[in-house]
Amino acid sequence: MNIQQNTVSENNFEQCIKCTICTVYCPVAAVNPDFPGPKQAGPDGERLRLKQPDFYDNALKYCLNCKRCEVACPSNVRIGDIIQSARIKYGPGNKSVRNFILANTDLVGSLASPFAPIVNTAVALKPVRYMMDKVMAIDHRRIFPKYSHGTFTSWYRKHAAAEQAAYTKHVAYFHGCYVNYNNPQLGKDLIRIMNAAGYGVTLLDKEKCCGVALISNGLYGQARRQAQTNMTSIRKAVRDDGLDIIATSSTCTFTVRDEYPHLLGLDNGDVRDSIELATRYIYRLIKSGKVRLRFKEDATPQKVAYHTPCHMEKMGWAYYSIELLRMIPGVEVTVLDSQCCGIAGTYGFKRENYETSQAIGEPLFRQIEASGADIVATDCETCKWQIEMSTSKPCEHPLSILASRLE
Amino acid sequence: MIFDTVIIGGGLAGMVCGIRLAEAGKRCAIVSQGQSAIHFSSGSFELLGRLPDGTAVSDPVEAMDRLREISPEHPYSVLGRQRCEQYAMQVPDLLRAADIPVSGDCRKNHFRITPMGKATPAWLTIRGYLTTEEPEQLPFGKACIINVDGFLDFYPEFIAEEFARHGVACSFGSVNLPDLEKIRKNPSEMRSTNIARVFDHEENLEVLAAKIRECRKECDALILPAIIGLNRNDSLEILKSKVDIPIYLLPTLPPSIPGIKAQQALQHRFRSLGGEYFLGDTVVSANMENGSVKEIFTVNHGNIPFRADNFVLATGSFFSKGLVATPDAIREPVFDADTVFVPERKNWYSMRFFDRHNYQSFGVRTDTELHVVKGDKAIGNLYCIGAGLAGFNPVHDGCGAGVSILSAMYVADRILKGE
Repeated sequence: MNIQQNTVSENNFEQCIKCTICTVYCPVAAVNPDFPGPKQAGPDGERLRLKQPDFYDNALKYCLNCKRCEVACPSNVRIGDIIQSARIKYGPGNKSVRNFILANTDLVGSLASPFAPIVNTAVALKPVRYMMDKVMAIDHRRIFPKYSHGTFTSWYRKHAAAEQAAYTKHVAYFHGCYVNYNNPQLGKDLIRIMNAAGYGVTLLDKEKCCGVALISNGLYGQARRQAQTNMTSIRKAVRDDGLDIIATSSTCTFTVRDEYPHLLGLDNGDVRDSIELATRYIYRLIKSGKVRLRFKEDATPQKVAYHTPCHMEKMGWAYYSIELLRMIPGVEVTVLDSQCCGIAGTYGFKRENYETSQAIGEPLFRQIEASGADIVATDCETCKWQIEMSTSKPCEHPLSILASRLE
Repeated sequence: MIFDTVIIGGGLAGMVCGIRLAEAGKRCAIVSQGQSAIHFSSGSFELLGRLPDGTAVSDPVEAMDRLREISPEHPYSVLGRQRCEQYAMQVPDLLRAADIPVSGDCRKNHFRITPMGKATPAWLTIRGYLTTEEPEQLPFGKACIINVDGFLDFYPEFIAEEFARHGVACSFGSVNLPDLEKIRKNPSEMRSTNIARVFDHEENLEVLAAKIRECRKECDALILPAIIGLNRNDSLEILKSKVDIPIYLLPTLPPSIPGIKAQQALQHRFRSLGGEYFLGDTVVSANMENGSVKEIFTVNHGNIPFRADNFVLATGSFFSKGLVATPDAIREPVFDADTVFVPERKNWYSMRFFDRHNYQSFGVRTDTELHVVKGDKAIGNLYCIGAGLAGFNPVHDGCGAGVSILSAMYVADRILKGE
């Protein structure tokens, strides 16, 4: 019998050998000396917190939850999970209106979308931005993503549902808040590609925001309730309807697959393998020989630089998005060094984090400017906002680039 | 995913093997569980420092003849002296091509200085680090050892004590800066990397240069811990341009700046040659077909396997879990390959820490061509390289880097020749 194997805790903090490699790769520790780094905040601190919860250090709030510490760890310690779990268990939770608004992407999106032209104009105005900074501590230098006038789901119901139902094969699409309220075009691009592959796209019975922003802003109860709603819909789609679930956002995918069981305590083992990123799904269809995409004759050269979002790095799936881009005639792909862009969802919107956020992203911005690329591609919406705000290049989802080249 | 070769493990051996294959135009993937032990590097690579009987080695290649008599199971003995020399001669260029500026000679060890000030044999050392031709002859008479206030991973007094044995008198200098005060808020995290980030800023490097000029007065050489140049390559040159006496770097306790830079340089080289590096992923199972490995499955990639003509096991030793010790056996977790170890746990180690411990030479059983052996049968398309190999004691014999690099080059060659 192996005694050691029976003494490993859920978050395996005792497997840490204190090598400090995680701290080397922590984007926050590199620029913000107030953050003690993942080793201290994670496994080291956990030892103390187990003894006495008073040892909880408020500096844990600086953690971006990027999980780059976990990717770097030679001992497979779930450092990021330890830190986030500690915030849930010992942290003060949310007490601010600002965080509530930033975290409720769903609620705010559904309120803003009908008035998108007005909202977009308003939040772009300097006085409004200064006011938001003053009143809510949302940094005035941050450029807000534009809301779409009309949501993806309402478009889908009116213009696509009937047509999609006519296909013999289907996948279910977890569109996420960004596609629904900000960029319905990406959802349309996905449908176009899946249709070209012979698949109809359906939506889940009921989809709520995956909850990533709720978790990072301390609204754990709400995160859990929304996660439960999503899991019920996902289970119905997978188990009753025999559908695979695909998503275009790397963070939504990561949250549903990994943060639900690790942070919210929701077991998803029965359906986890059926939830994947759309680029991985399409890659698999093409590689298995079941599908061939036809591209336009006109292969105008385009230089694309791919940026690997943190949660994509953690899932290890950037390869599939990059390989899809490489299949497009005329497209020349360079892969940027995998490093955090600094925005980390709602983190970079907050006044107290703005400087840190931009300092973290600085090396990436420099590499993008020097890359000679026409466009940056990435699977994460908040990375897109950050890159478009902080560099001179446009940034699109790989599937939008792919869809634009389809015959 | 289909590749020509899939390498499991992204440390020194895995990356050298991947670079050699990718240089020859092969499509390779490296799957690595996390960052590697290169992060603890001293700034030097060793080929052979001592024979298992304790005899000091001056010419590593020549000593391989004697090694073969004493230790026929040593990977160098398995590869043979001629091959080892042939590969060793190519290593400086291989590392330089990856932008790791090394110098040294496989026919004559030089000596590097440890963080404790001891001279220890080395084969190749990265530019800027203190080395000597003879262990007791330092290239200066009076040195000033400079440290950063509150930095716990570097010990000027120990170093001075060692240097004094060789007739070198040392003075001390210390540096402090407002930006260093900030990182001292978390004293336990005041590590080489955090400090190096401070000195990556031009204005802080200027302050360091000024401090160095002050210390210059009473000595003919300056000693600096390796706390500069994490994200830039010109830091040492800038400092050197400000004083008229030599500046030498000494390695610190981990994490190691030269190690991090070497890891990143090798990774960059592999990627720029078209290699795919999958970091933070763990192999969970392998499918065999007709006595060969057909595909492997990993945690991250789930139902999408890695398929390849050849597989290389470069998962390392106990630190990286390439080998796992149970109470009565040593296991190789990926393929459950046969392993070499002595029976009875009490024979695995000595009660004295600095002794030669047997467990350090345990490893994966291979045939003479480094094919992995499982159930007494060699697997034709699966090789083992690096620290996971059996039959050598990297700590005692000072041969860890050499075994990793040479075994990697040998296996890359075999794969390329299609043997």
